[in-house]
Amino acid sequence: MTRKQKRLSVIAGALAFLGAATALTFYALGQKASYFYMPGDLQAATLESGQRIRLGGLVENGSIIRGQGTEVAFGVTDSQETVKVRYTGLLPDLFREGQGVITEGTFGPDGVFVADSVLAKHDENYMPKEVADSLKEKGVWQETKQ
Amino acid sequence: MVEIGHFALILALVLSVVQSIVPMVGARTGDARLMAVGGPVAVTALALIALSFTALTMAYVLSDFSVVNVWENSHSLKPMLFKITGTWGNHEGSMLLWILILSFFSAMVALFGGNLPATLRANVLAVQGWIATAFLLFIVITSNPFTRLIPAPIEGRDLNPILQDIGLAVHPPLLYLGYVGFSVCFSFAVAALIEGRIDAAWARWVRPWTLAAWVFLTGGIAMGSYWAYYELGWGGFWFWDPVENASFMPWLAGTALLHSAIVMEKRSALKIWTLLLAILTFSLSLLGTFLVRSGVLTSVHAFASDPSRGVFILAILTFFIGGSLTLFALRASSLTAGGLFHPISREGSLVLNNLFLTTATATVLIGTLYPLVVEAVSAEKISVGEPFFNLTFGPVMLPLLAIVPFGPLLAWKRGDVFAVAQRLMFAFGGALLVVLATLLFIDGASVFAALGAGLGTWLVLGALTDLALKSGIGSVTSAVALRRFIGLPRSVFGTALAHLGLGLTLIGIVGVVAFQSEEILVMKPGQTVEIAGKSLRFEGLQPTRGPNYTEDQGRFWLLGADGKPVAQIVSAKRFYPARQFPTTEAGIKTMWLSQLYISLGDSTPEGAVVVRLWWKPLVLLIWLGPLFMMAGGFVSLMDRRLRVGAPARRKSAGPVKVGVAS
Repeated sequence: MTRKQKRLSVIAGALAFLGAATALTFYALGQKASYFYMPGDLQAATLESGQRIRLGGLVENGSIIRGQGTEVAFGVTDSQETVKVRYTGLLPDLFREGQGVITEGTFGPDGVFVADSVLAKHDENYMPKEVADSLKEKGVWQETKQ
Repeated sequence: MVEIGHFALILALVLSVVQSIVPMVGARTGDARLMAVGGPVAVTALALIALSFTALTMAYVLSDFSVVNVWENSHSLKPMLFKITGTWGNHEGSMLLWILILSFFSAMVALFGGNLPATLRANVLAVQGWIATAFLLFIVITSNPFTRLIPAPIEGRDLNPILQDIGLAVHPPLLYLGYVGFSVCFSFAVAALIEGRIDAAWARWVRPWTLAAWVFLTGGIAMGSYWAYYELGWGGFWFWDPVENASFMPWLAGTALLHSAIVMEKRSALKIWTLLLAILTFSLSLLGTFLVRSGVLTSVHAFASDPSRGVFILAILTFFIGGSLTLFALRASSLTAGGLFHPISREGSLVLNNLFLTTATATVLIGTLYPLVVEAVSAEKISVGEPFFNLTFGPVMLPLLAIVPFGPLLAWKRGDVFAVAQRLMFAFGGALLVVLATLLFIDGASVFAALGAGLGTWLVLGALTDLALKSGIGSVTSAVALRRFIGLPRSVFGTALAHLGLGLTLIGIVGVVAFQSEEILVMKPGQTVEIAGKSLRFEGLQPTRGPNYTEDQGRFWLLGADGKPVAQIVSAKRFYPARQFPTTEAGIKTMWLSQLYISLGDSTPEGAVVVRLWWKPLVLLIWLGPLFMMAGGFVSLMDRRLRVGAPARRKSAGPVKVGVAS
């Protein structure tokens, strides 16, 4: 090979690598990004069965039911619609009735949302940003400035 | 004192404007007196900003609640250590720390840059001055930490409890030393572009700064990761949270810069690429600052923020990134290209390293920014988490890790892969043994886990092989080998230590991800649970009181083989009344490199409590690795200083060349 051919093959190799990485990145963005919904958005949304989503809202007052061991069921609401959520595990420190949470998981066949993680982010107002923004859009909740 | 701090800050701003203009005009007109202004001004600015920072710290120490910032983030009952560290546990204070560190680095360039060409030094200081001016303006206009509150409240609102931790005392300063340290590389790059001249000597001046910044950033990220691990009570060490990514991207780019600067220094190749990397690394640091400080992301770092700050930082970001890249586009072609080399050579391997690292940086960048872009464009909210990064970052990094041991053994200009592969036979054999042993002797080990453990071992043994070969162990008598070993250049040790650390971290990650066991259950007092062959007895909950919190301590006994208690582990749920904020204090028992991790959930009225237990094998290696990397960087720095600081001595003693494998 001449020097020029060598250089070209090196550049072609690097470009092939970059191309593969780009393709992988966009494939992963399509497959692995999970969408965020409030209970009221779900009717309009088309979900494939078993699609992972993030469901956010307020923990409905009086909805927390503790089951066997570490099982817990609660309602997530945007004060118009409510979705039942089932979760097994340790709830975060900031989890309580009337507070904003984000749960991540899939819908079971019975229409109950089975969460494998529950986040109540480290915000003093107990309000994850996504939840706060959506609630503000709906006019349900206003930011209180101390 | 508070007003003195404020005035000092404004004076520093004025001086920074002088520093931005005067030395650069001097460099353009060739006026030595104007150029000489930069040094003293930079040192004075440091003194003023240090005074300002001290004033704020004193307000915290004295719990002066007439200062809004102190009232919002402190409490008179808070332990003294956290009063002091609380100074940078909030937006305004942390920006003040940022600018303090920036002016510290500028002063260092001024004080230790005596061997730089006068014009380069003047230009570097001027560019540092621009950055300082921008950020001082930002603080003075939008984030003044010295705003008064009249009448002064009796009590403060306390610091976010999860930030009241020794980890926070160390994490932000280290991280900022890293972020801001790269500003010096950036300034050198911009100064070189302005002068239109760059040579191997430039790389020799930039390398120590890159190394120092990289060492601090490594420490800062590792410290943040360990803090999240023990303080948040989730037992995870990395969440691919946008804020973590914000610090990880400059690290990846900085690591690439570290390696390309070697090629530039030794072979004066890759000049333009190195310049670009220097610009990109600091740009990513600025982007990190923007992401964390502007409030576009939610996290512990997003202190109460208002939009004007976000816009201001975005303007700074646009000016510096856009400006430097434009300058690069205009001037880079006028720089002379460097030496040629064969693709299979030390240079070639370092280029490959750069290709992989920058691609990895790009995947992290896309994963971090994509949700923000989607939200801005379509109002849909998405999150990109671990599954995305496992699929993209993983495949890009793994091949890089596999070829790391080859790099230092390849010769400059033209190397022989097969000869190097032969030398690495021992390391390869060791890695293969680990793979087989993992598969055979550990129940439920997957092929991936075994290969991961093997890859980590390959890195560790590869680094040791490098040292052994370069000191000639096995081919010369042990006395000669020992003498050669001691005489090896410090940078060879640095490389080996850093690569070894990388291997250790990988082994730790594999240990935790593939072999941890987890148990979630409700425990009553007196109940015993088994996890990973260890018995643990729950004694019960005990309410106690701390200086500014109350807590329920869950006490556990680790039982020995004979059923007798050997060690107590305390895990607690804390409540901070000032902020009405509960936290989980994990109970951690370290056994050699592994840890037993207990975190408490809700309790029932009968005294039973939800308990989450983890056995995390080899988890400490995850953070031990970065310590080795830091040690490696530090040792290399020693080497550099000898070469940079004492060129005269080197001339008289003659360059010491030690049997580097050909």
